[in-house]
Amino acid sequence: MSTTVSQLDKVKTGRWSGGRSPFDVEYGKIMMWFFLVSDAFTFSSFLVYYGTQRFAHLTWPDPDKVFQSVPFIADSGYPLVFVGIMTFILIMSSVTMVLAVEAGHRNAKKEVVGWMIATIIGGLMFVGCQALEWTHLHHQGFWWGSIPYQEGVSPAETLAPYFTNGISEVSAQQFANLFFTITGFHGFHVSVGILLNIIVLGMTLANTFERRGTYLMIEKVGLYWHFVDLVWVFVFTFFYLV
Amino acid sequence: MASNHQDNTAGHEDVAHHEGMTKGKIWRVFFYLLAITALEFFIALVLVHGGIIAKGLAVNVVYILLTLLKAYYIVAYFMHLKFETFGFIMSTTVVLIFVVYLIVLMLTEGAYMKSHFNPFSFWPST
Repeated sequence: MSTTVSQLDKVKTGRWSGGRSPFDVEYGKIMMWFFLVSDAFTFSSFLVYYGTQRFAHLTWPDPDKVFQSVPFIADSGYPLVFVGIMTFILIMSSVTMVLAVEAGHRNAKKEVVGWMIATIIGGLMFVGCQALEWTHLHHQGFWWGSIPYQEGVSPAETLAPYFTNGISEVSAQQFANLFFTITGFHGFHVSVGILLNIIVLGMTLANTFERRGTYLMIEKVGLYWHFVDLVWVFVFTFFYLV
Repeated sequence: MASNHQDNTAGHEDVAHHEGMTKGKIWRVFFYLLAITALEFFIALVLVHGGIIAKGLAVNVVYILLTLLKAYYIVAYFMHLKFETFGFIMSTTVVLIFVVYLIVLMLTEGAYMKSHFNPFSFWPST
């Protein structure tokens, strides 16, 4: 009897030959990724619509003039400063999140707890800043379906502080609606992220991951948290810079 | 829970998957992100506000390129996608081509609105 194995009988060991996960990624993590891809489409649709509106109008509110307050410090004259602080806070909390994931790889529970608490604080600070920003704009008269209005003063005069070129009520209204919708949807995501962070912090403290032998759940929640940061990078560019 | 543990580590023979982020690498990426953001602020506050360059298409293109660079660093390093398998990277990123398609469609639509609606009073231009 021949002992040589024919080419067909050889056991295939390729990535896609079966018997193992071709992606080498745990199921829950794959699903988190696919959820984030779908969420990316939602945010893209919002931002692309904002771009379309802005492109379709001859004039648009100047972000440098709309966002120029620093709460508790100055009411006007400092464009981009406050949103700069917010951006820094969110990037920083993203870093503490990766550090938590990195500590999780080493099964270092204490470090995971420390970095997760830092991440939660960063998230709360960001949401707090956004609340201040919303309050400021709301006081000026911007809201869903409303723009600054003064009795007996022409709209052009009332809106003049927010425009550099021509003044348009329709543009101002579109700007207000889209600003509150998009930053609101993002803020909602951040809030959910904080909640998830608190849950996994609780699970870490309860030694759930210690018993499981893996801190993979921190990684999955971390993916979501980084995605929230990623969206902010785009919101920041299209609402505040461009 | 012991069986669960085994499931999760079963695929970890792959070395490339495990050489993830070290602390030093994380901080390096953080400083890249910080530097790009600082550059954006420099362009916005010093160059544009100082009147050295005018707001317009060129500046916006620079902003968008810097944004995409930041997005790359976040997705590749913080979200660890660079260290996943080729198949996984493709299955999560190639589909975003539809976003590009949407942008093209909506720019066409926007150009139509701009040229057809603006002259009428219900779409005030001034």
